[in-house]
Amino acid sequence: MSALQSVSDQRHFSVTMPRADDFDFWRDQARRLVRCGIAPERVIWSEPGGSGDLFSASAPESEELPTPQDDAPQTRASKRFVSVAQNAILHSDPERFALLYRLLWRLQSHPRIMEDKADSDVRRIEDLAKSVRRDSHKMHAFVRFREVLHEDGAEHFVAWFEPDHHIVRANAGFFKRRFANMHWSILTPKGCIHWDGKTVRESPPAQRSDAPDGDPTEDLWRKYYASIFNPARLKVGAMMSEMPKKYWKNMPEAELIPELIAGAQSREAQMVDAGAMEHEARPETLEAMERAVQACRNCGIGELANQAVMGEGPRDAPLMIVGEQPGHQEDQTGRPFVGPAGQLLDLHLGQAGIARDRAYITNAVKHFKYVRRGKRRIHQTPTAKEVDTCRWWVEAEREVVKPKLILALGASAARAMLGKTVSINTVRGKPVMLNDGSELWITAHPSYLLRLDGDARAQQEQLFRNDLLAVRERLAELAD
Amino acid sequence: MGPLSTIEKLGILADAAKYDASCASSGTAKKNSLGGKGIGSTEGMGICHAYAPDGRCISLLKILLTNHCIFDCHYCINRKSSNVRRARFTPQEVADLTISFYKRNYIEGLFLSSGIIKSSNFTMEQMVEAARILREECDFRGYIHLKTIPEADPELVHQAGLYADRVSINVELPTRKGLTRLAPDKDASQIEGAMGKVKSDIIEAKDAKKRFKHAPRFAPAGQSTQMIIGADAASDSDIVGRASKLYGGFGLRRVYYSAFSPIPDASAVLPLKRPPLIREHRLYQSDWLMRFYGYQVRDVQQAMGKDGNLPLDIDPKLAWALKFRSVFPLDVNRAPREQLLRVPGLGVTAVNRIIAARRHRTLRLDEVGKLTVSIAKVRPFICAADWRPTALTDRADLRKMLAPKQEQLELFAA
Repeated sequence: MSALQSVSDQRHFSVTMPRADDFDFWRDQARRLVRCGIAPERVIWSEPGGSGDLFSASAPESEELPTPQDDAPQTRASKRFVSVAQNAILHSDPERFALLYRLLWRLQSHPRIMEDKADSDVRRIEDLAKSVRRDSHKMHAFVRFREVLHEDGAEHFVAWFEPDHHIVRANAGFFKRRFANMHWSILTPKGCIHWDGKTVRESPPAQRSDAPDGDPTEDLWRKYYASIFNPARLKVGAMMSEMPKKYWKNMPEAELIPELIAGAQSREAQMVDAGAMEHEARPETLEAMERAVQACRNCGIGELANQAVMGEGPRDAPLMIVGEQPGHQEDQTGRPFVGPAGQLLDLHLGQAGIARDRAYITNAVKHFKYVRRGKRRIHQTPTAKEVDTCRWWVEAEREVVKPKLILALGASAARAMLGKTVSINTVRGKPVMLNDGSELWITAHPSYLLRLDGDARAQQEQLFRNDLLAVRERLAELAD
Repeated sequence: MGPLSTIEKLGILADAAKYDASCASSGTAKKNSLGGKGIGSTEGMGICHAYAPDGRCISLLKILLTNHCIFDCHYCINRKSSNVRRARFTPQEVADLTISFYKRNYIEGLFLSSGIIKSSNFTMEQMVEAARILREECDFRGYIHLKTIPEADPELVHQAGLYADRVSINVELPTRKGLTRLAPDKDASQIEGAMGKVKSDIIEAKDAKKRFKHAPRFAPAGQSTQMIIGADAASDSDIVGRASKLYGGFGLRRVYYSAFSPIPDASAVLPLKRPPLIREHRLYQSDWLMRFYGYQVRDVQQAMGKDGNLPLDIDPKLAWALKFRSVFPLDVNRAPREQLLRVPGLGVTAVNRIIAARRHRTLRLDEVGKLTVSIAKVRPFICAADWRPTALTDRADLRKMLAPKQEQLELFAA
């Protein structure tokens, strides 16, 4: 090196890159300069078409790059340097070529310099490479293809993207591997790439207006974007740091963001309200409950019925019988179990030796739910949600009456006691212990028996009788 | 009311999926569509194609096959007794949507979950069918995550693993007691049984792959699970303990924590208020400490308060460091890697940089500053060539000094 130094000490050299992202060209030139011993401060690097270095105007006339002597040592670079440099050279900072050359120069005497993360040149180059990686990653993520019909009738997908750095060519491979069987083009202000299923082609920079401006699928995508967002978890900062605003203008879903944010609080409030039931304190007497339940509109059934039908019976009854809901006649009279099902129940209670007037009889749901057919009102089974809503009233009744045993008639009544739906056949005939120490027995609803005929009816009536007999026996034990 | 259009169904079935925390699409086997007929690639690292204003990334088309459900889990919007609008996709519709979104580069693939219709087996068959159409008919080579149903036939779960990159089975709640109370139709033993089966299927498939080149892949991105936080009384200590057993016992890739969020039409058994979102964040931080920083469950539990919960105002690493001040300060020029990883404010990257740099120089404080995100948090816990915190480490108000200031976020700052 020393022989050369003597002749070229004061000379400056200028290198103009043929392309902003041409790593191979830079590497060839840089190797040659190092081998000729030309120090970094004597080389001026410039981009194609760019003004290059600030001092280039005042720099002395540059000369042809010298040819290194055959015995000049080979240039050395660590693997880490090469991989970082390949990324960093794609950065839009005009200083990058000079910075890379300075590091390469220093690497000749300090081969492990890349490991020294506290060195300012190393930090700077790593930072450049990092921004390029991020920009590439965002390109993989935020390119949005739009379908256009090609003259040949084939599907063609075109995207418009605005990268910060010279990353388009370097990322063609990613899109080729992912969309190998699709014809696509990615247009950018830094150059375009195209894939026809066989080869990648490049073309000069494009403008936004060259790209299509819509795709019907975008409505679906926007619907998805708006629906998958949970307004109860608004975290705008987290979104902005990963999806900076500069990318928004080319992403069809981003136009929804201001509206989604603005509406989030009220949507969350609605979600909470829809789930909430603001109850006042529970009435402490059955009379107060009777008055309050008439006004209850926690679900829609109350709007249908004439009146709410509360339970009736002694307020210290050891047995509480819970049915499903009042029917037509109950709604007319305001008393539970006075219709056909009530009469059948009375019959069976009598046969089993259970005194109806010693029991507190009520329903899981307090209003009559029906649909009107002409003049008739046809019974509708309350939904689980309605049963759960009305549970509040049955629980209030239970708190006052404090029965030792509860007999639930049918699945809705069982749900009102347990908070979940059970199958009658698997739970009947044995007690279920409730949290307050009372026992729950579950059997069929008498209206179910009314709907059966023949053998089926006889069989079910027998099961029903057995359940009532077991309840009577258990009541006797509990009374002791 | 006529049949729902695709866009209406999408609205309902994406809305129903928004409570699911997972959207990851990384860590699977590499594939691309060169030489095939369809599309798609996975290159190891997942890509987040968009971010929602809730800060969560959108990497997959995350939808339910249907939100009809015969189960009645109290915390779930789709439970049988909920009044929510119902919809149902066919497996073909799911595949078509996935492909048309994928072709426009909106997504990395599909994350399919479902309410239970007819029976667990029927539902699982439908989900597997959607994946089959994508893989076999569309030659789709992107990412597929199937949420499997623990009550379904193990053979169907096995099928799911052959088509999917990842399968997950939700443990739902951190404790068995919570599960019994809030998910009456679910059974903890069955859930763990299904996880155990998936684990052994994964191990078997990996083993076969070593011996036969053409052995079928089985869930190359592993299995994950999700538990709901704040719907029952489980403490952070219970949660972290459970997570660690799941990682150890079933070789899970990830445990997701999903803060219970108020759902419309909530069951009366649930709290109406959501737990603070920051709690979920603290749990993820502690998960991180255990997976990447060498903390044991016991370490994380030691950082908790008397009530068994992590402090909300500071992160678990700082909480641990403040409790064990005698360990600090550590000399950045001498301390081994595992000790440096315990310094609040030093992440894995910063520690790697410090270790690489100190082969070349003795680090001063300002040089450490160049290698970390913020030196202020780190300072009290380290010594450098020109720095000794002396009194700082022992200050009584150190916690107050280091706890982040409460800030109002500016929504649209340029």
